[in-house]
Amino acid sequence: MSSIHDLTVFELTRALKTKTLGAVEVAEHFLDRVEHEKLGSFLSHNRDTTIKSARASQVKLNSNKAGQLEGLPIGHKDVFVTKDFPSTAGSKMLESYMSSFDATVVAKLANAGCVTVGKLNCDEFAMGSSNENSAYGPVLNPWDNAKVPGGSSGGSAAAVSARLIPAATGTDTGGSIRQPASFCGITGIKPTYGRISRYGMIAYASSLDQAGPMAKDAQDCALLLSAMCSGDPDRDSTSLDIPAEDYTTHLNDSLKGVKIGLPIEFFGEGLDTGVRKAIELAIDVFKDLGAEFVSVSLPKTQLSIPVYYIIAPAEASSNLSRFDGVRYGYRAKEYTDLIDMYKKSRSQGLGEEVKKRIMTGAYVLSHGYYDAYYLKAQKIRRLIAEDFSATYKKCDVILGPVAPTVAWGLNEKIADPISSYLADIFTLPASLAGLPAMSVPCGMSDAVKPLPIGMQLIGNYLQESKLLNVAHMFQTLTHWHTLSPTQAKTDSPL
Amino acid sequence: MNNSISKNHQMPSEVTSLIQGYEVVIGFETHAQLLTKSKIFSRASTQFGAQPNTQACAVDLALPGALPVMNIKAVECAIRLGLALGSHISSKSIFARKNYFYPDLPKGYQISQFEIPVVQGGEVQFFLGEQPKSVRLVRAHLEEDAGKSLHEDFVGLSGIDLNRAGTPLLEIVTEPDMRSSQEAVAYAKELHKIVTWIQVCDGNMQEGSFRCDANVSVRKPGQPLGTRREIKNLNSFKFMQQAIDYEVLWQIEQIEEGKKIQQATVLFDPETGETRSMRTKEDAADYRYFPDPDLPPLEISAEWIDQVRASMPELPRSMAERFIKEYALPIYDASTLTQSPQMAAFFEETVRHCGQPKLASNWVMGELSRKLNEESVHIQACPVSALQLGAIVSRVARADISNSSAKTLLDSLWSDPSADIDALIQSKGLKQVNDIGALEKLIDTIISGNPDNVTQYKAGKEKAFNALIGQAMKASKGQANPQQLTELLKKRLQ
Repeated sequence: MSSIHDLTVFELTRALKTKTLGAVEVAEHFLDRVEHEKLGSFLSHNRDTTIKSARASQVKLNSNKAGQLEGLPIGHKDVFVTKDFPSTAGSKMLESYMSSFDATVVAKLANAGCVTVGKLNCDEFAMGSSNENSAYGPVLNPWDNAKVPGGSSGGSAAAVSARLIPAATGTDTGGSIRQPASFCGITGIKPTYGRISRYGMIAYASSLDQAGPMAKDAQDCALLLSAMCSGDPDRDSTSLDIPAEDYTTHLNDSLKGVKIGLPIEFFGEGLDTGVRKAIELAIDVFKDLGAEFVSVSLPKTQLSIPVYYIIAPAEASSNLSRFDGVRYGYRAKEYTDLIDMYKKSRSQGLGEEVKKRIMTGAYVLSHGYYDAYYLKAQKIRRLIAEDFSATYKKCDVILGPVAPTVAWGLNEKIADPISSYLADIFTLPASLAGLPAMSVPCGMSDAVKPLPIGMQLIGNYLQESKLLNVAHMFQTLTHWHTLSPTQAKTDSPL
Repeated sequence: MNNSISKNHQMPSEVTSLIQGYEVVIGFETHAQLLTKSKIFSRASTQFGAQPNTQACAVDLALPGALPVMNIKAVECAIRLGLALGSHISSKSIFARKNYFYPDLPKGYQISQFEIPVVQGGEVQFFLGEQPKSVRLVRAHLEEDAGKSLHEDFVGLSGIDLNRAGTPLLEIVTEPDMRSSQEAVAYAKELHKIVTWIQVCDGNMQEGSFRCDANVSVRKPGQPLGTRREIKNLNSFKFMQQAIDYEVLWQIEQIEEGKKIQQATVLFDPETGETRSMRTKEDAADYRYFPDPDLPPLEISAEWIDQVRASMPELPRSMAERFIKEYALPIYDASTLTQSPQMAAFFEETVRHCGQPKLASNWVMGELSRKLNEESVHIQACPVSALQLGAIVSRVARADISNSSAKTLLDSLWSDPSADIDALIQSKGLKQVNDIGALEKLIDTIISGNPDNVTQYKAGKEKAFNALIGQAMKASKGQANPQQLTELLKKRLQ
């Protein structure tokens, strides 16, 4: 049997149920790894809390009261508030902030039996795509420590990839699950907007934020998503009031006759050759599985960048107003009056990228600019969604790259934030339309230290099951999702 | 809604009374606190007077991750108001964020409605004396209240009490239709009556449940609207009139001195009876309104409106109409009796027991109201029941007892409500003497006992006749029927 940390969620939970492994033994194994990690992926962990929770799981496992995921160690992105661990959202503003309640996602996973190992690093308030915007330092890509893990769920992706935990939660506003999953060689899904409750998720951009699971493969994501989804009408008005679904049911459905759309705009200039090649090979795999391909067009793909960078900062500028130093969080040590207290607390407590987006957001919402920016962006956003609707008349699933390139170097884009904004081009459209989308490992770059390449699958509304089916069938024929940076780096990718 | 009163109503401008040649123009913004048990976007209680911050939950405190969920009861209140005022109830309205920083505004924005409010148009009809008036509404929108800053109890610090934060409000905005402070007060009283009548607001002005802001400007007749100043937080009808009167004279004085009125927000100081400027338009904040992405549009179906309509009480206006038609009451009586649903109900029940609408009206508006006021008793707690008052009125109508005896009877019942009316009439000797033979005998006695008055009356002195009647009433201990007595005495002295 392979090492505990190489097991998938599926294998691990089965081993726990059959008592091949004990919950405490599993928790200790992962805690040991977390305590010795050097990637900066964890912001907090607490052995006592985790072991206590694992013991409780074992009791349930012994008495046949076990949940679906009983005893499964998990890490939560630090934008989910938790009672047992600090919730900082990667910001100095919330340094050592303790929540009085658990996020719905956290509570649901705990209910299903998950044992929380700790909280995961991320870009401050989920703003960024390299995890370099965290107040608590960057996260290193486990495949090449000189590279970024992607962001904003960089800690989640790196920790799963480095086998520090079998699975993690992430959040995706403009690609924050998919892009780091791609950069770190794991599988992640952002479901339809509203499929998972946002209650207890520290808001970045409310109309875009969506939680999702990050794990080794599609089957694991299906298991986790089944436990995370469901309506939460009493706590989140934007959650879809539809019952939870078992996403494992259709994993093995045949792909014969499934139509996959390839948007021409996703394969244009700027797409790295290695990434393009990996996607093309993936297409061949799907052909072997019986899928059919159609060329489609999403003509407003380019516009998704300015639209996103208007709407998200606008919402963020308002969402982050609550961090004013009055009731909780960071407050400047010295100030002369109320206004000075606000200014100093927020200037000192918030990071550069966050302040930049707050300024942008305040600007686009201000009197005289609202129509030209925010309102226009909302209109184009609707058009982007309509483009998708039209496309889904021709195909079941859309396929393309997650990002134009593999992971870039640490500090490489700090001086040029626009270039990292532009790198979001393939993940933003699905976010703006609120569609489910996932990232699936489909290759490794051709370099001394090869880096993972991710392919993106975008489904129609509430078609998570179809996405997971397509991804899972791909993974039955490929091994990319089984590679790990902890194995010998000389492993041939093919 | 019954509109027959409004048919002959005149536009306010036609009945303008000028002040020093200036026409006064007033519009109102009223914040009515809604009678819901919990807050507009959270489940915390709205009870007044609790210990600071004991009625504020995660949502009200704007803790990270907390989200608003609409309280359906607050929407129902808005629908009720819309139905009561003949407004359009929008099938889809939008919640917007009004962004500004203040310590008692935990989220850094207030959730309100901006572009599309729930209640649109409508009018408030009332009488100013005998003159029918109508004030048009622009809109009424749902919003949340802020908390309170407490500056008194803390040296060099301010306390924040968030119990009130998130309390549901309806902001009711009128057109600038009012032309005098009297009319403004009459409007405010009518609106106050309606919101309490339909039970959406307790109307407690001291506790701030019904707060009025008056927009006041003056102009020469026929000129465009002058620049307005907004008098904030008028929390009594008395101050309302004083404040507007002061403001009008102040504005006229400014204009007469050749100064321009600057748009401003002013406060009324009851101590000095003056208004003073808080801030001018130049300091006006840019609130960066935008639709709240945490709340989907509020949708109100026709069925919902019908349901609420079915639960509406008969409204004061149509009830007054009915009183005029059904009971042949004068306008004054009808509108006085419909000041509160309890008073109207008491009146109607009294009529049911005596079949004498006008007499019942006189007694309810007159003696009964006087005693209630005198003893500060609300009509619901009136010790004398409508059944008992009906019995008294019946006996007055049948001339069994005189008006003054009836008052004595009411007094007796007031202190001993369980007493039997007829037994009281008996024991107190209140029965009126209507027997002609007995009255003739009484007259004989009076004439023979007062020869001087008889002589004077025959010489043309009317006063002497009254003296004789007075003597007769006295001799009969008030029991003689005064009408009959007068007739008989006149006949005798001819």
